[in-house]
Amino acid sequence: MKTFLRLVGLTRPFAWWMLLAALIGFATIGSGIGLLMTSAWLITRAALLPPVSALKFGIVGVRIFGASRGVLRYAERLISHDTTFKILTKLRLWFYDAVEPLAPARLAAFRSADLLKRITDDIQSLENIYSRVLAPPLTAMLVTALMFVLVGAWSPVAALGVLAFQLMAGIAVPLVTVQAAKGTARGIMKLQAEQQILAVDMVQGLGELQVFGMLDTHLGRMHDAEKKKLDLQKRTAFFEGMHESLSGLAMNAAVIWILWSMLPLVKTGTVSGITLTAVIFGVIASFEAFLPLTGSMQHLEADIRAGDRLFEIIDTQPEVKVPERPEPLPAHYDIVVNNLSFTYPGSIRAAIDDVSFIIPQGGRTAIVGPSGAGKSTLTSLLVRFWNPYAGSISVGGKNIATLDPEGLRRRIAVVSQRTYLFGQSIRENLLLASPDADDQALKAALSAAGLESLYGRLDDWAGQHGMNLSGGERQRLAIARMILQNAPVIVLDEATANLDAVTEQAILDTIDRVSNGKTVLAITHRLQRMERFDRIVVMNEGKTIEEGRHDELLRLNGFYAGMWRLQHETML
Amino acid sequence: MNLDRNLIGLLKEEKQPFILSGLFGSIGTLLLICQAWVLGGIIEQVFKTPGGSSAILPLAGLFALFSILRMIMGWSANQTAKHGTLIIRKKLSDRLACAVGDLGPAFTRSEQSGRLVTTMLKGVESIDAYFSQYIPQLFLALVTPLMILAAVFPSDWIAGTIMVLTAPLIPFFMIVIGKSASAATEKQWTTMSRMSGYFLDMLEGLTTLKLFAQAKARRDGIEEASEKFRLSTMKVLKIAFLSSLTLELVGTIGIAVTAVSIGVRLTSGAMPFRPAVFILLLIPDFYLTLRQLGTKFHAGMEGGTASKEIHGILDKASGRPKVPGRLDLPAGTASSLPIVIDNLTYTFPDSPKPAIDGVSCTLRPGTVTALTGPSGAGKSTFMNLLLRFIEPDAGTLSLGNVPVANYTPVAWYRNIAWVPQHPFLFNATIRENLLMAKPGATHRQIETALLQAGLAEMVQSLPEGLDTMIGEQGARLSGGEAQRLSLARAFLKDAPILLLDEPTSHTDPILEARLRLAMAELMQGRTVVMIAHRLESIRNADRILVLDGGRLVQSGTHEELSTIDGFYRHAVLSSMEAA
Repeated sequence: MKTFLRLVGLTRPFAWWMLLAALIGFATIGSGIGLLMTSAWLITRAALLPPVSALKFGIVGVRIFGASRGVLRYAERLISHDTTFKILTKLRLWFYDAVEPLAPARLAAFRSADLLKRITDDIQSLENIYSRVLAPPLTAMLVTALMFVLVGAWSPVAALGVLAFQLMAGIAVPLVTVQAAKGTARGIMKLQAEQQILAVDMVQGLGELQVFGMLDTHLGRMHDAEKKKLDLQKRTAFFEGMHESLSGLAMNAAVIWILWSMLPLVKTGTVSGITLTAVIFGVIASFEAFLPLTGSMQHLEADIRAGDRLFEIIDTQPEVKVPERPEPLPAHYDIVVNNLSFTYPGSIRAAIDDVSFIIPQGGRTAIVGPSGAGKSTLTSLLVRFWNPYAGSISVGGKNIATLDPEGLRRRIAVVSQRTYLFGQSIRENLLLASPDADDQALKAALSAAGLESLYGRLDDWAGQHGMNLSGGERQRLAIARMILQNAPVIVLDEATANLDAVTEQAILDTIDRVSNGKTVLAITHRLQRMERFDRIVVMNEGKTIEEGRHDELLRLNGFYAGMWRLQHETML
Repeated sequence: MNLDRNLIGLLKEEKQPFILSGLFGSIGTLLLICQAWVLGGIIEQVFKTPGGSSAILPLAGLFALFSILRMIMGWSANQTAKHGTLIIRKKLSDRLACAVGDLGPAFTRSEQSGRLVTTMLKGVESIDAYFSQYIPQLFLALVTPLMILAAVFPSDWIAGTIMVLTAPLIPFFMIVIGKSASAATEKQWTTMSRMSGYFLDMLEGLTTLKLFAQAKARRDGIEEASEKFRLSTMKVLKIAFLSSLTLELVGTIGIAVTAVSIGVRLTSGAMPFRPAVFILLLIPDFYLTLRQLGTKFHAGMEGGTASKEIHGILDKASGRPKVPGRLDLPAGTASSLPIVIDNLTYTFPDSPKPAIDGVSCTLRPGTVTALTGPSGAGKSTFMNLLLRFIEPDAGTLSLGNVPVANYTPVAWYRNIAWVPQHPFLFNATIRENLLMAKPGATHRQIETALLQAGLAEMVQSLPEGLDTMIGEQGARLSGGEAQRLSLARAFLKDAPILLLDEPTSHTDPILEARLRLAMAELMQGRTVVMIAHRLESIRNADRILVLDGGRLVQSGTHEELSTIDGFYRHAVLSSMEAA
């Protein structure tokens, strides 16, 4: 219920539009009722053999209602869709605003594209909260009120009965059918999750399944899960299938009720036969409003589930809070890492375990070690994506926790292994690093990064995830961004790990050229051209284990020397 | 009309429930007609004798009876159709899973795994609406109007003619407007999905946006894009909704025209009263069933799209020549037999050049053969042929003098242990992941295998030990740990033939040394074929096969090949020294 109210609260700015659409929706069904009632009036009146002119009122009414219904339906659909899209825009912005402070620390669990896709699907599915969930009950309520007044004008008893049967069709039937299926819904979802795992195991582990002779067993398990799910869905269908039929039954019961309660009035002459016929037709037409209600209930359930998932993300506390009164940014950029420790939530091993080192301004330091040694965690801590568990990082003598995170990030250029490019133009991807840069600056950066070939393609689409560019081009684009950012600190986090040897060499040359005079921190597990670093910090399992220059470390003949040998005698 | 050929084929396999459903639906329509006739009678009675007539009571009883029967019929039609649908779904999902299994790892690795999983689960599920809603509605849309017409014509041929003339307008407009509208709707869907794609892009790249301190600035971009999409979509919808406007108008105007025509004829006394009410009661349903077809149409369309994906996979599987061997091969029998490879050739379906081109050689039992060559030389393809993940186009692979294809796959795999470069860990516990290799293994055997693979310590350090969940949904093991788990599986399986893709983690010297030791122990006394990446492994092999461009260019021991001025010395040794 709380989730539902929060979701409804989000749509409040559009309340008037929604009301308008619901009113028009009501008028549409009203026209349908009007059409049948006037038709009935027309025919029954005609049966009394009056002159044709006496039917004028009915003929005109039938025509008006006939035409207005279609037009009203058209208007209602346009307005409700427009409102729906407005709500969707609002939902996206709302979610983005809420999730922005949480990235990336609190979204770590949603890193995989599949999960993010589910989030956007959830948002997308919430768009129907108005058109499918809120509007139909409102329209149904208005129709119920209309019929109550209309029938009540002739016979309050008849009106009460009609009201009862309408409530049955509108509330009891959807509630019962949905409630009856509820227990199975949870079971179905559980089985669907199980099937997802089984299918992923099957598709990705097919080789293993075959070689281990387990394929038939696995297919059997998939078959069983599907069978169990279908059995539950059959049970769900058993109740859901009743809905339409039960609504029909309620409608017919209402007709019988009217006959029962109004026939005596006809007998006494209080009510004419014409009126009775018109009322019967009107009641039949009014039940149209109750058909979408079961759908509403089902959508409501789905929307609440989606809402719960979104709120669960949004309601988490951000890892990094902006200090209320941030200190001014420092004037120089030496980096001091002091007894730094960090453990990812839910992990049993410390990612960084009491690490200390110093990078003087303008110095070049490499951090090396096998994957999983904790190297990249250092980057995340330096740009304040996470807070250290103990110890600190200072830049220019100031603890980075006291600085404005955005200001700090502008002064640290990070080139990582996987450069994220947006599905926008190349220009927009570059402007990210320096929003006000003119064409000349962009071209200068491109040429420094060895991308003269992109001069004429600035406004070309980079493709989804930058896929219109080659791996080398994407990485060079990241370097062009680094140049545009013109930050005093440069962090190269496995910046060339995914490239072939020739491209890697060329890019390392470029980086050396443009990073002259800046504080450079390079993180790598590939030992290439290590002599160019003033200092190398070797990490393993979160700890620093060796430190020194390349030749010193080789002479030490320890872990680093072992890594070096391994990499230089492996092939292909 | 959206009748997918493959889906209709499925329908034919499972006719009975749908025929029943149609029957129930038709009876429902018949009851509707009866109901209208009875209600018409009641109203006529009210008019004839406003003072009340004893004839009304039985009529009202009949009306109630028909109401209840109609409810039962409607529900039964719904249930039987659903029943048939579920049978079809079960069949289809079994078939699809088997087809994926038949196509094998070579196929699953070439597909986007996420998409394949979606087709297997959501794809089959989205076929539901096609059978449970669209098909029954299609049937009703054909039968109900005809039955209503059959009832209306004898009562009043003029009203019947109006209905006959207007009814075709609905499918006609549906098709005419539907064509332009469906193009517009399609465009709307692409813009919609582009927009949600844009939003997804922003979420995925949020870390990057933050790194450049641009996250707040991009908010306006999202709003602008979202609004732009709204406006352009609304422009499309303004046209698309015209179709429903037209359909609605045909229906309501049909009712209006009939009502007026009946009314006018009643005043002149040219028509009796009861049929007039009867017809008026029936007309709304006449148009409604036709219009409802449109709303169910979309449900059906989704099924059609899913069907294309599903049947694409099924067709591919059935189009594959199958070589089901029949011979059995008890575990361990392969240990004394050589693997004889004769003129083996394989070409990928869409490739002009063979990936393995006439390779012949004999691998003696109990020896280690190292495969080497530049990337793209066909090493993995060669391995896949040995694993029977793909079948050769020409040539044979034999064990002793019996072609391997004569054995059942299960029998062949019983004799093979496989250690891939990137082993797959199932979403299960460590124990279950190990037991796959030997379902009946004792606790002791598992412990030994872990020890041999150098993984015992790591497993012990986990709070839940062997019962720790791993894989996508559980704790992730590092690449090196996964490789050692795969070695442990191979130790457990203890098969005479070992196919191994040497790990290339080359980052952690300590880990590397452990792996090397474990592998050396594993290779003892088995017939080993390994894709070798390290000079030392190649050097220690009993025989080296050098592949290039799918051909076997050199073969021999390290000593032999080093003295010959050939590919091995030039390409293999020199590339190693340069790195």
